[in-house]
Amino acid sequence: MADVPKFDEATQKELANFLEKEQTQAKLHSTIHSLTTMCWDKCITGTPSTRFSRGEESCLNHCVDRFLDTSIFLVKQIQDRRDH
Amino acid sequence: MSDFFKNPLSTSSPDSAARKQAIMDQVRNELAQANAQQLMNNMNERCFKACVTKPGDSLSSSEQTCLTRCLDRFMDTFNAVSRTYVARLAKERSESDSTPSL
Repeated sequence: MADVPKFDEATQKELANFLEKEQTQAKLHSTIHSLTTMCWDKCITGTPSTRFSRGEESCLNHCVDRFLDTSIFLVKQIQDRRDH
Repeated sequence: MSDFFKNPLSTSSPDSAARKQAIMDQVRNELAQANAQQLMNNMNERCFKACVTKPGDSLSSSEQTCLTRCLDRFMDTFNAVSRTYVARLAKERSESDSTPSL
């Protein structure tokens, strides 16, 4: 390890940018995994079939947006309480 | 390797460029692998729960049918969630751009 020459400054910067980008991407993927399992657990109630039931489909289509709405709503509530 | 393929603007040695590329490839590979692993683990857990209600001597044919369908539905869910989430991120971002926050 000690014998490996250092990268020049431009390369170091490029690698740092690259890592930051990959890290952002990894965080996005991790959020998508947790939303997928959360919405699956909430919406898929029957035995898996060749297609979703109408109720499951509708639940899945709304699950992510309502979860994010919930998060925004709760933050607003907390802010309102702090302000009064 | 021929110098012909080397970026003429690059001042770093070809050895350094190759090391940089190797690091980037390795990071990409490991992240992709971790991502696939996570998807498999989550799917395995959910589909086992949904399809193998009473574990027997072996997977019955009806359990296998259920697992095959479960795999497809889980991927559907993953794709739908990805699409919705990315669309929502884009929407929130464009809204916060047009209306500057207080």
